[in-house]
Amino acid sequence: MLLLRTVLHLAALLALPPLLLGVVNRTKSIFAGRVGPPLLQPYLDLAKLLRKGAVYSRTTTWVFRAGPIVGLAAVASAGLLLSMGGAPAALSFAGDFVLFAYLLGLARFATALAALDTGSAFEGMGAAREVTFASLAEPALFLCLLVLARATGTLSLSGMLGPALPGAWGSAGPALLLAAIAVFVIALAENSRIPVDDPNTHLELTMIHEVMVLDHGGPDLAFILYGASLKLFLFGAILSRLVLGRGDGALASEALFFLGVLCFAVGVGVVESVMARLRIVRVPQLLVGASVLSVFALVLLLR
Amino acid sequence: MASFVDLVFVLVVVIDLFLLASSRLGAAIRTVAIQGALLAALPLLLVRESHNLGHAVLLAGGALAIKGFFIPWLMFRAIREASIRREMEPVIGFVPSMVLGAVGVALAFAFSSRLPLPDAGAHGFLVPTALSTVWTGLLLVVTRKKAVSQVLGFLVLENGVYVFGLLLSDVMPVMVEAGVLLDLFAAVFVMGIVMFHINREFSSLDTEKLSALKD
Repeated sequence: MLLLRTVLHLAALLALPPLLLGVVNRTKSIFAGRVGPPLLQPYLDLAKLLRKGAVYSRTTTWVFRAGPIVGLAAVASAGLLLSMGGAPAALSFAGDFVLFAYLLGLARFATALAALDTGSAFEGMGAAREVTFASLAEPALFLCLLVLARATGTLSLSGMLGPALPGAWGSAGPALLLAAIAVFVIALAENSRIPVDDPNTHLELTMIHEVMVLDHGGPDLAFILYGASLKLFLFGAILSRLVLGRGDGALASEALFFLGVLCFAVGVGVVESVMARLRIVRVPQLLVGASVLSVFALVLLLR
Repeated sequence: MASFVDLVFVLVVVIDLFLLASSRLGAAIRTVAIQGALLAALPLLLVRESHNLGHAVLLAGGALAIKGFFIPWLMFRAIREASIRREMEPVIGFVPSMVLGAVGVALAFAFSSRLPLPDAGAHGFLVPTALSTVWTGLLLVVTRKKAVSQVLGFLVLENGVYVFGLLLSDVMPVMVEAGVLLDLFAAVFVMGIVMFHINREFSSLDTEKLSALKD
């Protein structure tokens, strides 16, 4: 049974992420009064990109070519560490949440290096912005994971998001609620969503993440887009288990988990539709706010 | 029920932190109103002996009317009259003041259990919430430049004092009345600002009109 669930989760990890992008886009179009692209459009886009050839500038080196591959591999391996729906993850050991956070960091590092390797000042600017905001989002993520570790008394992601979590809501409900809000803000920032970054914008002055991937094309762009959706799925998985982790039976908790991930995508779409993006100088304030919330949650648990 | 009371206290502190970060006066006023309404619910949630229920209902009703509706209404009027929308440049920036607020909250929660209290059976979050709300109010009063945000800070400070007063509301109704009096004082304070701005607006408008006439 456990093996079956693990296989199901790995299959979901590989297959579901582009669907989340489709759900986000569909939510946004419903809000805007449009019909919007089909839910499966991201899969078609990926298939189209994978069939294309790639063009590389003569000024770039192997670093540029390695960027998308390392990025996708790092995010996918982070997915192996993440427990979904309360079942233990494929890989878990004490302290694996540090590896999880730094695998996401490695993916960002590879993307930023590839952007710098193009030698374009514009891409360098995007990389600088991305890394600046990430340096504020990362401590917040760590604080949230610490809250989870403290509330459940375990040091691995499988334990933090595992069977101990529903019990922890009874004793540490307010702290976990604060942590969940902070995780949602971090998820918006890490996945370059409104109000931090607009994934649709191509206005040079305001782009953050999109700038870094302008020079990639074909399969490389497909890897980047797929990696981005995978990251969205990872955060959705954390949040879904954190908020909806109530189910007792395996089937119920699985159903709640996938429902929660879909709700997360809808929530991201709603936030993107009803909010304007923040001015870049205000973004650190939002991220520091998320850190402050998680510090407060930690204080509530530690006293 | 216990965790619901926890949640109210936590929300009050979260509102404190939000106020330290927000530059929009309208949003800040609305948030202070929500905080007032949450605080108004507290006496009802915390009442322990049934003969105090009437007292608690009075307190809650008064607090809701004044903190939740009357003062926010006055404040909205004030910013509309003065046509101010934002706090532009506080003395201490938004991010540092938020961090300072977080430090204050952490200290309040860490050390409040060491304080000697007359009522040992009080809710565990009551004193730290009161202390951090007072600290937030103090920060707002000291670091903001616009008079409206300073009054908001004063209101938050008073909310903190009110939470402290709940600790004693069973035994010492005088404290409660002092709290209500402070509320009234804040209302007068707000009115003073309204007058000040109307005065200033009218006089400046007048001089412009006069100079236009001279031309």
